[in-house]
Amino acid sequence: MTVFILIAAVLALAAFSYRFGRGAALSAAGGQSRSLHSRPGYYGAYTALWCAVPAFLIMAIWLIFQGSVVEALVLNGLSAEKQGLSDSEIGLIMNDIRNLASGNFTATSPDPDIAAAAEHFKSLNATGFAAMAVLALGIGIAGLIWARKKLSPELRARNSVERTITIFLIAASSIAIFTTLGIVLSLIFEAWRFFLQVPLHEFLFGLNWSPQIALRADQVGSSGAFGAVPIFAGTLLISFIAMLVAVPVGLMSAIYMAEYATPKFRSVVKPILEILAGIPTVVYGFFAALTVAPLIRGFGENIGLDVASESALAAGLVMGVMIIPFVSSLSDDVISAVPRSLREGSLGLGATKSETIRQVVLPAALPGIVGSILLAVSRAIGETMIVVMAAGLAANLTANPFQAVTTVTVQIVTLLVGDQEFDSPKTLAAFALGLVLFFITLALNVVALHVVRKYREQYD
Amino acid sequence: MTDITKNGSAPLGAPGHQGIAEVVAKGLKKRYAAERRFRMYGLVAIGLALLILLVLFTTIISNGIGAFFQSKVTLDVPLEVSEIDPDQTGDLDVIGKANYRGLVFGSLRADFPGVSGRSNRRALTGLLSSGSDFELRSIVLDNPDLIGTTVQAQVSLSDDADMFLKGNMTDVEVSAGDGTLAMTEDGVLSGGVYAFGNVFIDVKAEFARKADEAENSIAQNQRQLGRIDEELAVTASRLENADDEAQKTTYADTLRNLETLKANVNASLEKLTSDATDFRTRSQSDAGEETLDQSMPSYLVVTNDGVFKILTVTRDKVTTEIVSPPSSLDSSADWQIVKLQTPETDRRLTDKQIGWLHLMQDRGQIESAINSAFFTTGDSREPELAGIWGAAVGSFWTLMVTLVLSFPIGVMAAVYLEEFAPKNKWTDLIEVNINNLAAVPSIVFGLLGLAVFLNVFGLPRSAPVVGGLVLTLMTLPTIIIASRAALKSVPPSIREAALGMGASRIQAMTHHVLPLALPGMLTGTIIGMAQALGETAPLLMIGMVAFIVDIPGGPTDPATVLPVQIFLWADAPERAFVERTSAAIMVLLGFLITMNMAAVFLRKKFETRW
Repeated sequence: MTVFILIAAVLALAAFSYRFGRGAALSAAGGQSRSLHSRPGYYGAYTALWCAVPAFLIMAIWLIFQGSVVEALVLNGLSAEKQGLSDSEIGLIMNDIRNLASGNFTATSPDPDIAAAAEHFKSLNATGFAAMAVLALGIGIAGLIWARKKLSPELRARNSVERTITIFLIAASSIAIFTTLGIVLSLIFEAWRFFLQVPLHEFLFGLNWSPQIALRADQVGSSGAFGAVPIFAGTLLISFIAMLVAVPVGLMSAIYMAEYATPKFRSVVKPILEILAGIPTVVYGFFAALTVAPLIRGFGENIGLDVASESALAAGLVMGVMIIPFVSSLSDDVISAVPRSLREGSLGLGATKSETIRQVVLPAALPGIVGSILLAVSRAIGETMIVVMAAGLAANLTANPFQAVTTVTVQIVTLLVGDQEFDSPKTLAAFALGLVLFFITLALNVVALHVVRKYREQYD
Repeated sequence: MTDITKNGSAPLGAPGHQGIAEVVAKGLKKRYAAERRFRMYGLVAIGLALLILLVLFTTIISNGIGAFFQSKVTLDVPLEVSEIDPDQTGDLDVIGKANYRGLVFGSLRADFPGVSGRSNRRALTGLLSSGSDFELRSIVLDNPDLIGTTVQAQVSLSDDADMFLKGNMTDVEVSAGDGTLAMTEDGVLSGGVYAFGNVFIDVKAEFARKADEAENSIAQNQRQLGRIDEELAVTASRLENADDEAQKTTYADTLRNLETLKANVNASLEKLTSDATDFRTRSQSDAGEETLDQSMPSYLVVTNDGVFKILTVTRDKVTTEIVSPPSSLDSSADWQIVKLQTPETDRRLTDKQIGWLHLMQDRGQIESAINSAFFTTGDSREPELAGIWGAAVGSFWTLMVTLVLSFPIGVMAAVYLEEFAPKNKWTDLIEVNINNLAAVPSIVFGLLGLAVFLNVFGLPRSAPVVGGLVLTLMTLPTIIIASRAALKSVPPSIREAALGMGASRIQAMTHHVLPLALPGMLTGTIIGMAQALGETAPLLMIGMVAFIVDIPGGPTDPATVLPVQIFLWADAPERAFVERTSAAIMVLLGFLITMNMAAVFLRKKFETRW
């Protein structure tokens, strides 16, 4: 919270700098803004930038490094025997120290050494913060003075300010790249650590998934199995069921909307259908688990089928419903983009409307429709909440939609919610699964966008 | 070529031409039918989607509407000075520490003087919410002058009692008793010739149903037995033919397992057979007395402010257990039979507890009030105390962080890409990245947040700050794409006019283009925020699933958000949480609809067609 106060203080200083710089420039020009190179506001902005940017930079760098520096200092202060402990034990001690310092209760009564360290930690943090505040404000003021020195009617304030703004703009748009980079690097890094412990071929082709790690060496089932084939199969099964629902319903409603519906019907029904896309997935998950799954189970029992209460069918059906508007609005766009001349040619030859659609419009729109279906598949594979709430946890390798299967996203959530240790393959497996998920959806998207774009070029 | 003209369609006017027209006319009916069918498919598809939407909304609303109300009971609580503030200090600290639980429980017990025994009394007070003492406490603290008087305090009932009163636990049929009802002290009730005839017949029907059920299971077990026998034969022959020692042991093992299974099935078969005949004979025998058990619907008799639970029944007389003794043995009073459809073993309230609730209802003590706790408290393990305010505040902080970061960054990125970026490899790369990020599964952003924000930067777990950062990265593509579309729709003449007047490109941008594009950008931002508000998966990864009771006071406090709260409640076993989950969904959908309507309104109001 105190950091926010400091940020507010720096911002206030910057606001002051703006007024100060503006006033200084005006008075240097004798109150005649005409004799300044730039509009007075630019001189203010120039001063404010000189004040705020270095201050914020210092703060950012300080905040990034303060944690690890303080930690290292505290660990150095610990007794020699504690320093000889393994990394994970040191991690535990550090946790205790942090808890103590923030005033939380720890499980055991604190060891005096650790209590002292916690005090040390607290005071180091306080000193660090004070130093940062002084430094940031000091640099802000220094920047202000420096800018004031440079202020003169001849200063090309607008040019420098605009150059800085352009740099900000470039930085903002580069965030997309850094995000992708961050995703790829963090996934690859953690997955790499996983593959050091579990060979890649075992992960990709193994038929057995039970990511338990034993607490004791002699425990039953002590060796976890990390064969992901049942998970991939389960994901495909549920996505397949979803597409069985979404493609026919979505496509037919898109055709009706684009070809038959009156403008009035379209303007009413289309937004209502879009509601389906706006409903949070957790709501679908609740609906699947509470309403659809018992319904299917009851129905199965009535006709003498053995249906699991977390059947793939329930999750798949509801996921299909979620994807309907996705397929329908994308297909609607591509169908509407087919030139009128094609339709009119076909109608003029005596074909009925449905014959025209089936034999002329759909073939012409096919690449776009395929693209939209691919995008929908990637949506289905990456969908999390519906399957977390309605699909199973056990990794069964089956094609029976009435049985419970698990998916990539379900496994990621189960492995990462709760306690985590970042050196056990159990936790790292989630990142390996995430890597697979990322690349599969990426490939599907790239292919789909490529198909759609290529198709568009034909008619535009 | 010549061949085709010869054998193909005849020249116009020739007799063959008539034939083709006929062929076309013949096919026409079929083709029109196909046309109508095709059209119908389209309508059916749309209808299906709309129907599902309707079912979804009705399920949620019908499940959730109840959570906005909470059953409360009015108790006369004597606020003895000696109990609350013995030294008459008037100090709120002292008053706040009094034993309010004892007071509430005591006054409920005083309403049911006939209830004795430890377990019975505990069952009685179990009908009250575990937060009822806090309700009394706040009544007293709000108005300390009440001490020394008797207040009519309205306190909440427990979630189970609430569920029963809302009709979610069992079907209740109340039928008025016929004629007079004679009572004895030990609970034998006798009326006219056919006073309990309906109950008697009901019980017989129940036996018949049970007999049917048992016979069905017998058939199933016999089929299973057949399968086991088959398998036994197969395994036995395999065992004989096996040459490998290891194989032999496995087969022998399987054989043994099958034998045990067979014995078990046989045992249950025997029990079922005896049950079936027993039930059948009992259902058919016409005379005598029948004993009710816990696996059958329960029957309560209510009269003279007393409740009896039927144990055995004949047509005109029942023996009962006294749930709450009547005020008098007056036989001329009205009486009712209350049938509880769900057997006692299958519900969370006992017959006695339901009897007491029924009496409280008859006495007019129970009413359904607006459930204000739902809107003002944080999470709780007790459904009647759980509220969404904590999650709503968490959502607020998370969205604030998201908005503060994603709006400026998104707009700046869009401005750069649309207005300033040179066409080169770098900008192409940025564009490709933005398009791809828009389609990356949200859970992957959660993995990024976990690996980078939590593990590398060491930011706090479960904090809205981290949630906001992750959601920022997730919503940025949406905002950038919408903002670029808004910028694109501003005609170039505006820019050219500004540039022509000597403005710099940035001045043209900030003074002219941005203000015109702002409504479109805001619309995109609101839609992005709505997306972020409904997002759950990435927040699970960064620890926002914790059970958090406190209302978060800022973006660095541990918090949860509305969709995650829904996820957590959906997992809870209590029936009352189903209701609350649905109600939370209604609140969330309400927010989303408001945001989307705001976006539509903005677009309608400020959209300029150039």
